[in-house]
Amino acid sequence: MHNKIIEWLEHRTGIQTAIKNFLYEDIPASSGWHQVIGSMAVFFFIIQVFTGGLLAFNYAPTPGEAYNSVKYIMTELTGGSLIRGLHHWGASMMLIIVVLHMLQVFLYGSYKKPREATWMMGVVLLLITLAFGLTGYLLPWDNRAYWGTVVTTQIAAQAPLAGPYLTRLLGGEGSVGNVTFSRFYALHTVLLPPFTMILIGIHIYLVRKHGVTPAVNDTAPRRKFFPEQVFKDTVGVSIAFLILFMMAVFARVPLGRLADPTDTNFIPRPEWYFLFLFQTLKFFKGPLEAIGSVVLPGVAVLTLFLIPFIDRAPLVRLGKRTFAFTFAALALIAWTGLTTAAIVTTPKTTEADETAPGAESLQAWQQLTPEELQGLAYFQKEKCKACHPGAGKRGIGPDLTQMIPAHRDAAWMIPHFKNPAQVVPGSSMPPVQLDDAGLNALSAFVLKLTPQNEQGLLSAPDFAVQGALIYQSKHCDACHQIAGAGKKIGPPLDGVGQHRDRAWLEKHFVDPKSTSPGSMMPPYKFTPQEMDAICKYLLQLPKAGG
Amino acid sequence: MDDQHQSHEVADDLSPTRRSFYIKFIYGIMTAIGAALAAPAAIYLLFPPKIPKEGQWVDAADLASLPTGTPEEISYQRTRVDGWKVTSEKATAWVLKKPDNQVIAFAPQCTHLGCAYHWDDPSHTFVCPCHTSAFSIDGKVLAGPAPRPLDRYEVKVDGSRLQIGPLEPHA
Ligand code: FES
Repeated sequence: MHNKIIEWLEHRTGIQTAIKNFLYEDIPASSGWHQVIGSMAVFFFIIQVFTGGLLAFNYAPTPGEAYNSVKYIMTELTGGSLIRGLHHWGASMMLIIVVLHMLQVFLYGSYKKPREATWMMGVVLLLITLAFGLTGYLLPWDNRAYWGTVVTTQIAAQAPLAGPYLTRLLGGEGSVGNVTFSRFYALHTVLLPPFTMILIGIHIYLVRKHGVTPAVNDTAPRRKFFPEQVFKDTVGVSIAFLILFMMAVFARVPLGRLADPTDTNFIPRPEWYFLFLFQTLKFFKGPLEAIGSVVLPGVAVLTLFLIPFIDRAPLVRLGKRTFAFTFAALALIAWTGLTTAAIVTTPKTTEADETAPGAESLQAWQQLTPEELQGLAYFQKEKCKACHPGAGKRGIGPDLTQMIPAHRDAAWMIPHFKNPAQVVPGSSMPPVQLDDAGLNALSAFVLKLTPQNEQGLLSAPDFAVQGALIYQSKHCDACHQIAGAGKKIGPPLDGVGQHRDRAWLEKHFVDPKSTSPGSMMPPYKFTPQEMDAICKYLLQLPKAGG
Repeated sequence: MDDQHQSHEVADDLSPTRRSFYIKFIYGIMTAIGAALAAPAAIYLLFPPKIPKEGQWVDAADLASLPTGTPEEISYQRTRVDGWKVTSEKATAWVLKKPDNQVIAFAPQCTHLGCAYHWDDPSHTFVCPCHTSAFSIDGKVLAGPAPRPLDRYEVKVDGSRLQIGPLEPHA
């Protein structure tokens, strides 16, 4: 029966012969472990297609919803964070493997005649891998995704001549928003995958056409691809897969806060493999910037592409390819140096700080903006805790520290505050009597609540809450900035206590010009209690980013 | 010059044991990797989300406005967790207030294939237009292909208000 089916299939499709031809290809006796990397790259592409498809099953491709759906995948679906982990780390590993594959081909001189086209197709595939990384980076729509892409589209905008067109094509004109998002999504999921499959097909066809490159003077009898070389490929694949799986299980894939275009505190940072480029940009200032962002990378890619024509000397033994080795070593050193420099010189993001263990020395409430503290004041005044008793406890209302993602959104929360029963039918919550600014503050505060920080936030001392209320009511944020919120007309106030004292502040409020000649700040009259609260509040402010 | 095709002899000097070891290894690893990918994928696609069930009870109608002894279709607004979103949507139920003020709320879909049924006063039955199932006033199947009685929502009476809850597990 079984045989009959195979026979039928073979007769009608020739599939068996095709597989045999594929597996029983002759390869040089000198093939071996160094050639497994190409197969690994194909394997990783398959993993990316598979996990990407799974993610797409639960992903909403519009900004805002994208973030909620990724959060849903991560927190509410069993195995969701594993799948995203495989896709996320798989992308990084894929790039490493593609580069290693190129390095091997380069060092062995396998790009030489007649394999120039194979090499060039490989360079295109490298660029596509990078394009996958770039477009995929935006899709979670958190702060790092958003800001990373803002920088990218602006780099594209610097391209000589093509700049404006590129920006328009990426939808980044004006700002990164719906249009850019849809285009990145379309590239990442609709256009690039089939394109890549075709190119991989051509690449493999070319490898087959010219055969695997033998070592110099390899005259030993040729062997079959299957099973020995396939065995070696399988060993390579299984080791890489094991590493990937471990990373997906044990290394948390970050999902920051929802993308916030007004977050001036966020320091954009590209994915690690683009850091070297990011660092290169720092060396070119002003009009020269385009050199770092477009010209140098362009020249590098072109050189890579044309390597088979630059080096046309006949193939020599691996050990004699001193120039190739030196070249590769220099490139590696430069890349490592630039990447390290980028890591060292870019300050840690505030996002990372929020979860970093080192952040514990600061009280949770010290990291709130004045507006959020104002919200805390209303939270206490409106006695929200009476019905929302806190993390893990059941009350009349739900646990605010663990709201479902769709409710973690000011656009949902504010109408709900105004008229609870209309947004949640059957809700017995009374409407919150605050003006719009107050409602904004309250929702900003509630959005900050997590099971971990709830205690810490609610233990904010009275002077801080009162001080923040005064700060907000006097609209100090129209000129000053605290924790990234507010304008920068006057000096930012983060860490002001490190260079000013109480006496100075009091004098400054009464007569700004006496302490800061030329200051545009108007004098403020406070009651002694108010003065006490605002000064204490300001003096405890932590330094920015700390 | 076509350097790699200079030697056409092909050696297959693998010993049979080595060969079969290679083949077993290849199949073994491929199966393991396939399983390591398929199992999480199946769990990911098939397991229900871990969303906390909240806000299941909805204030649906004023008890006094319901007729006694005759089923009435009421509509109300309820919120539903829909994937990563909470939507507020219109929902309906067939509600029967008995003389002793007991209330039953039937889910509005026929238990056969989910068509909307309605109350037919002359025959005093719920009838489904799709495949002519008929149900008694308390939901029992009287005729047609419906496999089980009408599904019911849990109900609560809060003062004069009727609250509708989740579906009762069917018997
Ligand atoms: S759906 Fe009601 S009888 Fe078939």
